[in-house]
Amino acid sequence: MDIIWYLVPSALLIGAGFVAIFIWAVRNGQFEDLETPAVRILFEEKLNNEKEKQK
Amino acid sequence: MKDVQETGTLERFSYDDGVVKKFTIATIVWAVVAFLVGIIIAMQLAYHPLNTGLPWFSFGRLRPLHTNAAIFAFAGNAIFAGIYYSLQRLCKARMFSDKISNFHFWGWQLIIVSAALTLPFGITQGKEYAELEWPIDIAIAVVWVAFGINMLMTVVQRRVKHIYVAIWFYIATFITVAVLHVVNALSMPFTMIKSYPIYAGVSDALVQWWYGHNAVAFFLTTPFLGLMYYFIPKAVNRPVYSYRLSVVHFWTIVFIYIWAGPHHLLNTSVPDWAQTVGMAFSVMLWIPSWGGMINGLMTIRGAWDKLRTEPIVKFFALAATFYGMSTFEGPLLSIKSVNELGHYTDWIIAHVHAGALGWNGFLAFGMIYYLVPKLWGTELYSKRLANVHFWTATLGIIIYVMAMYVSGITQGLMWREVDMAGKLAYPDFVQTVIRVVPLYWIRALGGVVYLAGTLVMVYNVYKTVKAAPATQTNETIDECVPYVRKPLFGQAGMKLSHRVLEGAPMLLAALVVVMIGIGSVISLAPMWMSSSVVEANYHDAMVKPYTPLQLAGRDLYVREGCYTCHSQMIRKTVGDVLRFGAPSTIEDSKYDRPFQWGSKRIGPDLAREGSKYPDLWHFRHMRNPQEVVNGSIMPSYGWMYKEKINFGLMSKKLSVMKSLGVPYGDEDVINAESWAREEAKKIADGLNAEGAQITEDREIIALIAYLQKLGTVQGVAGGAK
Repeated sequence: MDIIWYLVPSALLIGAGFVAIFIWAVRNGQFEDLETPAVRILFEEKLNNEKEKQK
Repeated sequence: MKDVQETGTLERFSYDDGVVKKFTIATIVWAVVAFLVGIIIAMQLAYHPLNTGLPWFSFGRLRPLHTNAAIFAFAGNAIFAGIYYSLQRLCKARMFSDKISNFHFWGWQLIIVSAALTLPFGITQGKEYAELEWPIDIAIAVVWVAFGINMLMTVVQRRVKHIYVAIWFYIATFITVAVLHVVNALSMPFTMIKSYPIYAGVSDALVQWWYGHNAVAFFLTTPFLGLMYYFIPKAVNRPVYSYRLSVVHFWTIVFIYIWAGPHHLLNTSVPDWAQTVGMAFSVMLWIPSWGGMINGLMTIRGAWDKLRTEPIVKFFALAATFYGMSTFEGPLLSIKSVNELGHYTDWIIAHVHAGALGWNGFLAFGMIYYLVPKLWGTELYSKRLANVHFWTATLGIIIYVMAMYVSGITQGLMWREVDMAGKLAYPDFVQTVIRVVPLYWIRALGGVVYLAGTLVMVYNVYKTVKAAPATQTNETIDECVPYVRKPLFGQAGMKLSHRVLEGAPMLLAALVVVMIGIGSVISLAPMWMSSSVVEANYHDAMVKPYTPLQLAGRDLYVREGCYTCHSQMIRKTVGDVLRFGAPSTIEDSKYDRPFQWGSKRIGPDLAREGSKYPDLWHFRHMRNPQEVVNGSIMPSYGWMYKEKINFGLMSKKLSVMKSLGVPYGDEDVINAESWAREEAKKIADGLNAEGAQITEDREIIALIAYLQKLGTVQGVAGGAK
């Protein structure tokens, strides 16, 4: 049962790690625009599509 | 995005499609293998002679092969195929290193093959979904870190500033699985193929299910959610329903999931407060999970017509639906009172297969149908066959899970049913087995139907690839205007700040390393401290460690995978106590490395099996279970009457246990072999006096020694009956 004293801090550490990443992400402006990224992934491989059209 | 500074130069670059092709083919191959082994073991439960008497073909050894193949081979390769395809396109960057990509691919396949070459031969750590022995565990860690470096460095080199939500899910997968795998796999080897975990009993159970549940969370959930957020929008050509919701989904999932592990240990000897924490967080998980499910499904809005015509969209829509179903059922089963009914029964099997076949399987299939034509530059051979696959597989799942729901609830109710006098209505466990055997047939049928659908896919993919243009490039050309990166380390002018060191994900990579390091050190600490902890325990006077012979028997119990059908944990519930005796305590499994509490009762619990039956009963039972228990579906273990006990290894085993903190004396270690031979002779003599013909050096003797010790730790022999 003593393991719980290591597991709980470990889980907290992982959580803290994700908090740190989250804070970085917010400061980096990752979440400032929550509209265009969803649309942008749909415009990919432009060149290939052009190639296909040419065929 | 106006505020992102762009360099203004258009860059042209290529994506590596070769590695995606390889992972896609591997996914298909391992899917067939995993499903086939699943059908074999399902049939073995329905018809026990199918165990055939060959050691490497018995249920206990094949079941870990099935779970490992399904999770790490099928789902694993699907994850990698999807990540390698989508990550490059989302980052507008080629994978960091083609060499690492290839190392990752071949390394992973080698690990799978080595699993197939060890598990059937009884080389196992005896911990569910973490069965692979220590050399393979190290290989997994190395290959996994290579994958992580490749992925993170690709993110560093990205040309788009925004990190799309799918990538967040991929990164969380890498970080968490790395930590969990390393912590759970820590063990002390005593041969090249065998080791004992550094944790024992309750500790081992907590670590294992911390790992086990998060294997589900971060191997079968987060990566697939990432894939869902990429492939569903691409398949229907519509943006995700709510990008904001997807970001909220991600952060809530990663914060809550890590705490849910103890819901696998409800009503056990784990302290109540830890159980309650697990239960509370599990119930909380329902909200973000359903947020994600709705987000995935609603992405199809405005394109619902595609549900009629596009098999890919059908697969994705049903995958999201099954995700919703499983994540509703999970929290439900995590409620203590529901868990009391459902735990150890086939309900759990229904639950995991709805998740694995429905969510993981269908998402992978949809992805394969999406990827194959694109990768090989052609059209899908037959949309009609893809539709056939979809409906066949759906039918297969329904047959499978319905049979298991009925079976599971039947078991749960029968196990705890009491009559007017307060006695068990079905006192013989085998009564509850016989009742569900017809359902095992139906379940096997469901598996066959599901596999049939998969084979249709194999044919479809084969014809598609065959019809593809002969000249394959394995490259896709793309171009974009990269954003201006700010160096993370050093000044912009310094030599150090070349592209590799730029971009914030380096910070992330550093954090990952630090976290894994801290996690490992923290988890290693109990190993160094364990001897003092064990000796200080006041119960020690009553708790005797296993004798060398019992330990050898225990290792055989682990080798044969007995834990796949028998639990060793009498829960604090009326049904359990009436049937099996006093609830298991922390002391009962104090020296158990690995713990063998199990998660399934295809046969009865064995926690207090010791002294319940005479040695001769076990002797006859292990050779021919049906001779002793009418209607039993247990396989025969005939080879244990021929194979010899490895007495030579006993001193080594004891010394490893001693170094882990088990209070053996120096003399115990030195004299382990003669001590074991003496005990074996006593058991063999007793058996032979009653008419058995056995020599003392056979494995069955060690197994009997172990079984007769079970639950007698505190002198409570044979339970409360």
